[in-house]
Amino acid sequence: MANLWRFNGGLHLNEHKELSTHTPLRAAEIPAELVYPLQLRPGIQATPLVKVGERVLRGQCLADSGHGFATPIHASTSGIIKSIENRLVPHPSGLAGECLVLQSDGKDDALAVETCGDFRSLTPESVRHLIRNAGIVGLGGAAFPTAVKLAPKMPQQIDTLIINGAECEPYITCDDSLIRSTPAQIIVGAQILMHALGIWRCLIAVEDTMPQALAALQLAQTEIGDLRIEIIAVPTVYPTGGERQLIKVLTGKETPSGGIPADVGIVCQNAGTAAAVFEAIVNGKALTERIITVTGLGIKSPQNLRVRIGTPIKDLVQQCGGYSAQAQRLIMGGPMMGFALAHDDIAVVKASNCILVTSASEIQSDAPVLPCIRCGECANVCPVQLLPQQLYWHSRSDQVENCKTFNLFDCIECGCCNMVCPSHIPLVQYFRFAKGKLMAKVQDATKTEKAKYRHDVRSLRKQKEDLEKAERAKKKKATLEKMQAKTSLKEGDI
Amino acid sequence: MLIICLLFAVFGLILGYSALRFKVEGNPIVEEINAVLPQTQCGQCGFPGCRPYATAIAAGEADINQCPPGGQDGVIALADLLGVEAKPLNEAFGQPKPKSVAIIIEKDCIGCVKCIQACPVDAILGSAKHAHTVISAECTGCELCLEPCPVDCIIMQPIAQSLDNWRMPEPEQGHG
Repeated sequence: MANLWRFNGGLHLNEHKELSTHTPLRAAEIPAELVYPLQLRPGIQATPLVKVGERVLRGQCLADSGHGFATPIHASTSGIIKSIENRLVPHPSGLAGECLVLQSDGKDDALAVETCGDFRSLTPESVRHLIRNAGIVGLGGAAFPTAVKLAPKMPQQIDTLIINGAECEPYITCDDSLIRSTPAQIIVGAQILMHALGIWRCLIAVEDTMPQALAALQLAQTEIGDLRIEIIAVPTVYPTGGERQLIKVLTGKETPSGGIPADVGIVCQNAGTAAAVFEAIVNGKALTERIITVTGLGIKSPQNLRVRIGTPIKDLVQQCGGYSAQAQRLIMGGPMMGFALAHDDIAVVKASNCILVTSASEIQSDAPVLPCIRCGECANVCPVQLLPQQLYWHSRSDQVENCKTFNLFDCIECGCCNMVCPSHIPLVQYFRFAKGKLMAKVQDATKTEKAKYRHDVRSLRKQKEDLEKAERAKKKKATLEKMQAKTSLKEGDI
Repeated sequence: MLIICLLFAVFGLILGYSALRFKVEGNPIVEEINAVLPQTQCGQCGFPGCRPYATAIAAGEADINQCPPGGQDGVIALADLLGVEAKPLNEAFGQPKPKSVAIIIEKDCIGCVKCIQACPVDAILGSAKHAHTVISAECTGCELCLEPCPVDCIIMQPIAQSLDNWRMPEPEQGHG
């Protein structure tokens, strides 16, 4: 057993994981209509590569952008492109965005794929290229492009790959069920990722409350027999599954404020991502499905489903027996970090790991918000060692600038502070608000800078034009005078 | 005594030389004030653009609360920069409005190029007798193009909330 460390704070939460782990993993039905939001990341829009009315096959690329931080979108089944229109997207704003709508034809024909044989014969560049073109992003929830993480700025500094199977948020069991069903794929996926990074050490972390997943991984590991890979059970403390927290627990290293894990020589990938990498490199398949936990007391039979990306939530709920009488609130993601959705006619995306329908008893009490009593509990539980109450004062008093000095942007929005606050202050909401305000300020500043530049250039051009005009007028006057002089001379002759 | 006189002379020469060598062009505070202003060049402050207003503030000829697009945040930023007391925005110069961009109703446009000449940031495209259009991404919402348009075909449209510009709203403050 490896020596493990501890991160600051954290909480032992009621897990509620048993709700969705009873039934075995099964494939969800292919829906009649699949929806793909074209906005890939804030400010990055994908351009559709198909026309309305065109027939597409499973695995065919539907849209892509030239941006380095974005990945292409692929069709999850065969069918006809019905429209490109505004639909509600899974976003805390509840706003609509441009989406590609695919009408399934039920045949599920797939694009012919080329497999590359042994991945060891590929160069790291071509592995990254294949991963990018397969549309693979981090499946833990942040959906950051995997290929970008595999190309660190200082590759020689990287020595460890961490496969994150520590699914710490209550209710969510999609990684657990993935590991139990296909442990070998995750291990081979990890081998491919190590190959792409050119490193020799990999730690696969699962929580100690996932004994079946741990046993499955260990069995697969003995069969594959890769000594570079170590499987570690980590204590179940929320949020161990946070990238930085897991790195701390496994290696004792602190990722610097404002830095990334690569700064301490580590690349962290989710277990689902490793499995997707396996599918892409070994089987040549693009990322078109993922496992999603549909759970909560508001669902009649909670379970894990292998879902085609783009499936509407209402279809998934229906396949899990529908809403129970207790259903109160629809949440995408977990109870700590997820966001509420106002409607179930919204499609799941690559980042969706859980659909949670809570009952009234599961929702945190709507007790009135009371003044902060400065008890400091929030600072005790903060896994990033921030001072939530200081951040709170600055956020709510229009002094968001000061939040920066208290490292607001290191906040991972885990919700531990909300949970322990005796005054029920929605601290994380304040931090999200302050982050948004600061980011808007930065955006405004760039826009102002651009406007200033354009105005200055215009003023210079105007000056030049005026000068040229004056010059021309002068010349004209001179020639005119000359001509006049000539005519008067001629007149004089006469 | 002589040494001291000599030293004076030497230092005098050094100072004289550096005054010429490191001469500062213009007033640096004007640049700093200008950087805080929103660069809409709208002229609502009573000066023909942001830099003239910045120059006037630096010279003490204008107050810091005359810029409606900058809003109260802008007044506070100026007060911070100049080390003076912040004051409420002077509403005689106009009230802050929601951020908007100009839109040309192209079917009404007669192609007179007057708006193109008025735009301080070259955000309007078009040529004589052809419909013009606004590059929304570059438009600062200064409204200077509204006045010269002879057919009133330019309207100001508030920027709609989208996934790109949506920000988490502030939680309700129900306590003290």
